Amino acid sequence: MIRGAVRFLDERSGGAPLLRKALRYLFPDHWSFLLGEVALYCFLVLVATGVYLTLFFEPSTAQTVYHGSYTPLQGVRMTEAYRSAVDISFEVKAGLLIRQTHHWAADVFVVAIVLHLLRVFFTGAYRKPRDLTYLIGVTMLVLVLLEGYLGYSLVDDLLSGMGLAIGYGVALSVPFVGANVASLIWGGQFPGSADFWSRMYIAHVLILPVLIATLLALHLLLVAARHHTQFRGPRRTERTIVGVPAFPGQAPRSIGLALAVAAVLVLLGGLAQINPIWLWGPYHVGAATNGAQPDWYLGWLIGGLRLVPGWDFVVGHYTLVPNPFWGGVLFPAAVFGFLYLWPWLERRQTGNYGFANLLERPRDRPWQTAIGVAVLSFVFIVFVAGSADRVDVLFGISYSTQIWVYRVLAFVVPPLALLLTHRICHELVATDRVEHVRKAAEAESSSHV
Amino acid sequence: MTRLKDWAVAGLALLVGKLAASSRTEETEERIVPAGAPDRRAETWVLALLALATLGAAGFIVVYALEDVPHKTQLLGATLGLSLAFLAAGCILVGARLVVTEQLEEPYPEPTANESDQDAVAEIVRESGSRITRRRLLTLGGVAAGGTLGLALITPALSLGPLLDTEALTDTPWRPGRRLVDEANRQLRADEIEENTFYTAFPEGASEETLGAPLIVVRLSPDQLDLPKGRDGWAPEGILAYSKICTHAGCAISLYRKPTFPEVQPGPAFVCPCHYSTFDPATGGTVLFGPAGRPLPQLPLEIESGVLRAAGNFSGPVGPSWWGVRMKKAGTS
Amino acid sequence: MRRALAAAALALALPAAAGAEPPPGGIVVPRTPPNTPLLQLGYQLYAGNCSSCHGTGGVGVVPPSKPNGAGDIRAAGPPLYGVGARAADFYLRTGYMPLAAPDSQPRRSRVLFSPRQLDALIAYVASLGKGPPVPRPHPGRGSVAQGLTLFTEHCAGCHQVATRGGYLTGAVAPALDEATPTQIAEAVRIGPYLMPRFPRRAISNAQLDSIVAYVEYAKHPDNPGGWSLGRLGPIPEGLVAWLLAGTVLVGCCLVIGKRAHR
Repeated sequence: MIRGAVRFLDERSGGAPLLRKALRYLFPDHWSFLLGEVALYCFLVLVATGVYLTLFFEPSTAQTVYHGSYTPLQGVRMTEAYRSAVDISFEVKAGLLIRQTHHWAADVFVVAIVLHLLRVFFTGAYRKPRDLTYLIGVTMLVLVLLEGYLGYSLVDDLLSGMGLAIGYGVALSVPFVGANVASLIWGGQFPGSADFWSRMYIAHVLILPVLIATLLALHLLLVAARHHTQFRGPRRTERTIVGVPAFPGQAPRSIGLALAVAAVLVLLGGLAQINPIWLWGPYHVGAATNGAQPDWYLGWLIGGLRLVPGWDFVVGHYTLVPNPFWGGVLFPAAVFGFLYLWPWLERRQTGNYGFANLLERPRDRPWQTAIGVAVLSFVFIVFVAGSADRVDVLFGISYSTQIWVYRVLAFVVPPLALLLTHRICHELVATDRVEHVRKAAEAESSSHV
Repeated sequence: MTRLKDWAVAGLALLVGKLAASSRTEETEERIVPAGAPDRRAETWVLALLALATLGAAGFIVVYALEDVPHKTQLLGATLGLSLAFLAAGCILVGARLVVTEQLEEPYPEPTANESDQDAVAEIVRESGSRITRRRLLTLGGVAAGGTLGLALITPALSLGPLLDTEALTDTPWRPGRRLVDEANRQLRADEIEENTFYTAFPEGASEETLGAPLIVVRLSPDQLDLPKGRDGWAPEGILAYSKICTHAGCAISLYRKPTFPEVQPGPAFVCPCHYSTFDPATGGTVLFGPAGRPLPQLPLEIESGVLRAAGNFSGPVGPSWWGVRMKKAGTS
Repeated sequence: MRRALAAAALALALPAAAGAEPPPGGIVVPRTPPNTPLLQLGYQLYAGNCSSCHGTGGVGVVPPSKPNGAGDIRAAGPPLYGVGARAADFYLRTGYMPLAAPDSQPRRSRVLFSPRQLDALIAYVASLGKGPPVPRPHPGRGSVAQGLTLFTEHCAGCHQVATRGGYLTGAVAPALDEATPTQIAEAVRIGPYLMPRFPRRAISNAQLDSIVAYVEYAKHPDNPGGWSLGRLGPIPEGLVAWLLAGTVLVGCCLVIGKRAHR
């Protein structure tokens, strides 16, 4: 029966040789190589749940009054967008499950991407010939952050509406051209023209997913074309890859991981409440709430916005750099600029322009690891600073004091982390060497016995 | 009893014969995927997991179909999630115990293996230009045509919104004489405005949902006021109106702090809940704390027949700063 | 140096500690015969516990002050003349008062006075000039939906839209899960500490009923989505994504894939 199906396909496509190669494509075996797959499966869950949501969501800012089954919103004025999201949560069977699974999938998607990026960065997988693959990956991260932001802003609840206003303020803050850019995107002054919601919607459900999917396909093709990297080991060299073939070895494991990812996301979607928009209420330009935060993957930006002291950089009447620029634009641009330039910077610094198929352990590349940890610590400190107000509410530690502390830490900790990490790498390598020598001596002495 | 024994022996013989036959055919063929030892315990576990997954999925369908189930979302999530989890465990177990995990070797593709093809491609392109005499000029023409055509194709994107004309960013619905109303569209009377509290106000007869519309209105005692030059009369009876939109990034300033015991507690201030920019209403909205770089725009008020009205437009454009924000005045939409 | 650091760390942590517990000195309870009239008991309690900051007869004490009352206390406090039973009832029953230091934020704390002592003190403060009585809100007459809109307009900026409390420059607005309907109404009308004071013309009694109804609802809202994560929004959600989902999924990878020692 299988033979018949394969014959059917191959007669019509000539694809049997490719299928044969694909079935025996080798996957080097290490747990950290599966993190990218986790991200991929989160994306699949996002697309599947997302398609379902588009069948019910109304991307319109037309005003309406709520008359659904959730009594605390009875008679409240809101947009159709918000109303349709509340209806998905309360009127559509399994609607809340799918909406929450979709939102959890978005949060966990970025977690997986970051873990995958850290693995790639700290093992040197981005080196030639995989630098293009890496650059595509970084681009996908940028697009995913935007996609998530648009997704939760579409719902037009109080929290995400405030976030959109801040996005407008950040866009305006770009020197010289900010006003033009913001004006173009929003179609005028915030909250924007009537088309703005359509723009967000189509960007979120079509343009960005297609872009991300295309880049993802390219990313995977390139990985397959050059084959996956591997750690050094027995039989594993720069020239020879050792791994598990796609079929039958890897397939059940990958399918199992895909199902596990889906299971975690669905369990979260049903058991852990996320973004309870009915509690926040609809957004109005003149309304705000305390404790409003963006989704976690944009939390580094709120930290950036809160840490910068209060000045617009003004020369005469010209507002050269409005305040939100530093934390909202320059900070992420610098981090992503670092990520984009890193393979090239590393090549120049090490002088190594050759190809690499073998991965290095972080300790075996002390400078690269140290720089990575330093940049990561900078981002992390700014990220944590973004929740300083809730820390004040919970633990009573003065907010203004925290802000000063974080400002100092953000510049003091990264160089310290750099030096410390470098030292630790050297120590670890030294211990490895001692172990190696000791084992060799033991082996020799036991062979003499 | 003998009947049963006969059947058993016959069945066994058939089974043994079949096994022998299959192993014989296997021995004569060369295998691509190596054979592995069976693991019946793992198989049983996989069967159990598949059964549980089936139950879970069925449970989901049942819970979906039932009306009036409490905690419906939790049950739907638990049944579907567990079903997926059991299936996942089954697959992982298959991968660990029921298929052969081969460790095969293969050469990495040589990054420089295709140099001859690379050369050939370059050569094909080069040789194809044999009939062209004025290469540079043609290239220039091609770039000009293609580039300009590309620009032309992007140009309709400008219809998204005003690009060069950013005057609309200064729009507010306020003009002299426009009365203030509250959330319920009632006119705001001066004698209703008390000290030690704050009010949100909107322009009468205009949309509430624009950046320039919402106001925050407070009353201070006139001897507390220290407004900038040129704002005498902007605060009749000590009633002050400011734009409710923070000049940092555009959130609504919905916090007002007032001292119960002014000798010891900080003075009255507006606070934005997004990044905690703090503004002083007594001194014309100057920034006391936080990342805002521009004072809060103040709206001059007048009282006519006891009703509060705008006496003009804001002291500056509302909302977050941009390049030209200090060069413009608040406009009227 | 270490002591300085320890002191700094303690100072950072102290504000919360200072507020959330009653003053370390406790309260002064006068020795009175059992059937002392309420007002007389109140007068004595006031003299022992409140007059050092609020002055004799509730006239208030303006800093800097000469040491007065017992034990060299340098104190300051607003006048209580005319505040009525309403303010006394609120501040005393929440444990906001007595306050350890004039400039610390009053916070809900353990009430040290007995019910009779509370009645006495409230009666005494109410007798200082004519002031408003304890309000009687009727949340049953209010609408939760209207309450949400009103709460968002007047209160959510400090107290967070789901009543989980929040930060503002110089203070913390408390979460409202322990506030009784009476206390909510009192706080709205009094404007304790840095909170605005909302008079009837800003928030009518009917609107106040709706606000109280909303706050009561928000203490135990429907959580159809499951575990509510504190109704704080993205911060706990991000923590769950990393610490719960992240750990489980990395664990799955570890189970499926090879580790260094396998």
